Amino acid sequence: MAESVDLWINGTPIRVCAGTSVAAAVLLSGEPVFRRSVSGEKRGPLCGMGICFECRLNIDGVEHCRSCQIVCREGMQVRTE
Amino acid sequence: MSRGSRTADILVAGAGPAGMSAAARGRECGRSVLVLDDNPSAGGQIWRGGESHSSGSQSTFWFRTFGTCGADVISGARIIDGDAKRRRVIAETREDAFTVEYGKLILATGAREMFLPFPGWTTPNVMGIGGLQALVKSGLPISGKRIVVAGTGPLMLAAAAYFRKHGAVVPVIAEQADWTRLARFTLQLRRQPGKLCQAAALRFALRHSRYLVSCWAEAANGEGRLESVRLRQGAKAWDLACDYLAVGFGFKPNIELGLLMNCRINDAGIESDDVQQTSQEDIFAAGECTGIGGVDLAILEGEIAGYAAAGRADLAKGCFRKRNRARQFSASLRRAFALRRELRSLPSATSIICRCEDVVWQRLEQMQSWRAAKLHTRCGMGPCQGRVCGPILEFLLGLQPEAIRPPVFPARLESLAAASEMEESIDK
Amino acid sequence: MGTFDVAVVGAGIVGTACARELSAAGLRTALIEPGVIGGGATAAGMGHIAVMDDSEAQFALTRYSQLLWKELADRLPADGEYLPCGALWIAADETEMLEVYRKQRYYSQREVPVEILDSQSLAEAEPNLRLGMAGALLAREDAVVYPPAVARFLASEAQHLGAELILGRRVATIGDDAATLDDGIRIRSRSFVVANGAGAPSLVTGLNIQPRKGHLVITDRYPGFVQHQMIELGYLRSAHAMDSDSVAFNIQPRPSGQLLIGSSRQYGSDHPAVDNAVVSRMLQRAFEYMPGLRKLSAIRAWTGFRAATKDKLPVIGLCPGRENVYLATGHEGLGITTSLGTAKLLADLLLNRTPAIEAAPYMPDRSYALHG
Repeated sequence: MAESVDLWINGTPIRVCAGTSVAAAVLLSGEPVFRRSVSGEKRGPLCGMGICFECRLNIDGVEHCRSCQIVCREGMQVRTE
Repeated sequence: MSRGSRTADILVAGAGPAGMSAAARGRECGRSVLVLDDNPSAGGQIWRGGESHSSGSQSTFWFRTFGTCGADVISGARIIDGDAKRRRVIAETREDAFTVEYGKLILATGAREMFLPFPGWTTPNVMGIGGLQALVKSGLPISGKRIVVAGTGPLMLAAAAYFRKHGAVVPVIAEQADWTRLARFTLQLRRQPGKLCQAAALRFALRHSRYLVSCWAEAANGEGRLESVRLRQGAKAWDLACDYLAVGFGFKPNIELGLLMNCRINDAGIESDDVQQTSQEDIFAAGECTGIGGVDLAILEGEIAGYAAAGRADLAKGCFRKRNRARQFSASLRRAFALRRELRSLPSATSIICRCEDVVWQRLEQMQSWRAAKLHTRCGMGPCQGRVCGPILEFLLGLQPEAIRPPVFPARLESLAAASEMEESIDK
Repeated sequence: MGTFDVAVVGAGIVGTACARELSAAGLRTALIEPGVIGGGATAAGMGHIAVMDDSEAQFALTRYSQLLWKELADRLPADGEYLPCGALWIAADETEMLEVYRKQRYYSQREVPVEILDSQSLAEAEPNLRLGMAGALLAREDAVVYPPAVARFLASEAQHLGAELILGRRVATIGDDAATLDDGIRIRSRSFVVANGAGAPSLVTGLNIQPRKGHLVITDRYPGFVQHQMIELGYLRSAHAMDSDSVAFNIQPRPSGQLLIGSSRQYGSDHPAVDNAVVSRMLQRAFEYMPGLRKLSAIRAWTGFRAATKDKLPVIGLCPGRENVYLATGHEGLGITTSLGTAKLLADLLLNRTPAIEAAPYMPDRSYALHG
């Protein structure tokens, strides 16, 4: 298994350890805001275990992905919502 | 897209400690076992991130036993619908949807953290205690970060120690329970020397952190990112700067799948008998989904359920005594860390209760039923399906959640349609 | 409580609209509801304000109502989510296109603004539709609302006009001068309006109304994925099938960006559970029209029971054999649309005023609605 994985977060490349979740990678990139709530509030991860849906992101073009439950893959395109 | 139908003598929902031990014991009795788990890898929340992130010989033993037992494991899979009469569920992964026909089903769906709303709790970097821990286990570095831990329960200590071990500074651990209850709980620990040692070791590891009782987080401050937390202890309130606020008010069993399969639910969680069988003949339940009891109890219940589901209730009996003792411990936990009434007045009029739909407290205060709250405010109508706000409204207003309907978890439309598509292809 | 002039049974969209209309006419009105306001079939439906042309009578009531909705729109609260998105009746092939032409003539003659979209303009209007559809009829004045919030608004308007809400109690029987509630309390009233949808036969013997089960699925938020309410023209075949289960493509954009996907019709099922086999069929039909739906995330599915009559028209007016019991039920899938027209018509009949549309087609004494 590769030691590190390269992916893109909002168009910026980032390298993380293999096995890192997308949520952790986004926080690691210095971005605590994952999405805007329905009334426009800034939101980031809460439960970290796939329950609360606060860490939803667009991953490889698929909207509303729970980033805490998805492991970073090479070349992944991640966009905050 | 590959679609298929699978079969298993025993289907296990969840690969935390209970699911792992259940699967291993089922395999030991020669049954075919399939494990479906929503997480990226086995271990559940407590052993998230695999063996390397978990300490202790217990996790080592079970990762080995589970890893070599020969059970099929599908990670990143959620059960979205099921039919107890036909002994069938529908599951999806990121790529795929499939049905599973099972002989016996073991529910080991674990628990989720319970949250309570307070001003600012939706600010980014305010997270669950387990949530932040899960993120660290998933690769988030916290070295040098200031983390305030607030809420209730002994897991706060374990989490704080974990944060410290990873280089974070934990200035305060704020426990809402009072001294009297904690002292009574500590006294009971005498009967479990192992637990008492654990507690002492944790306290030593956290000697640089202040452990405050009858204390809770009253507000989180910061615009778009947490800057500080306001703590309250009696008449005293003060602000404390921090990078993360980890909050958690205990745990709620994940009973949704049990409800969907028409299993009876009791005060603690999914009801189960001596051999962990639920009110449905072919369905067993083990671990936190039957009631919050900690990892030791979860493993024992899993073992019993695994044996019993394999038709070897005789082997299960060997675990009864240890399980019953572990249950006593969990009962004393519940008493000690019961939530105090003052926490009901934490939310302000404009505090958000439903984070999916941004429903604020003043719109919900007068609601008489969960259905009225849903229909007239959209509370609980978002993708978390009320998993976060449901327990909150139960605590704040005593509202009981509605009956559950599929999909029991948000699912792709194609997955919802998958079962009959597959039947049609069989017909053809 | 004294004696009411009229007691309305059921606070769904029809009952609340009736209570508001009757209170506005100065009657001392009671509105009785065992559950949540707008929590029955009202909450289960799509909330499509549609003009329909199955029959002259259906057209008259839907169009009359649609114009009443337009009038009301400005006063609806924000959570009523009135969205004048228009509706597209989709023709999959040239045969169905003939129906588009027929409808266009029908509506134009009656001054309903409609427009024909050819294959290409349809594809431009709704890029997520499968390519190669023959065309569509755009009903410009169709709209959508969020019915439970509207029902609550109508109930609160009725309250402001003096109506009394009696919540949490079920009407067990209706006598000559009083209704008896399930806790034994009697509500004295000069007249009664039975507006509890598919529950009406339990209060009025001989009323032939069948519950017709429907399923709906709602997605997460995908703003812009769909612009109009869309219904396949094959829907008419589905809605017309009287005894067999049927599904049809029917999709609606919610102001939230969510998509509401229907529809199914089943007789003979009185269990509210979501039936995966029906949901699957319904969704597969939707995929045939919009393949892109497959990958979208569904967050909830639910069921409801439409109050269906044999001739697909509601029953509005005096109950045969009773001097003081009026019916306002049997709206099948058009209860949200026709609630406002129903309320006007009912108030006119109850107060001996001349209704704006002919009342005869909806009279409960027509033979198929009642038997025995």
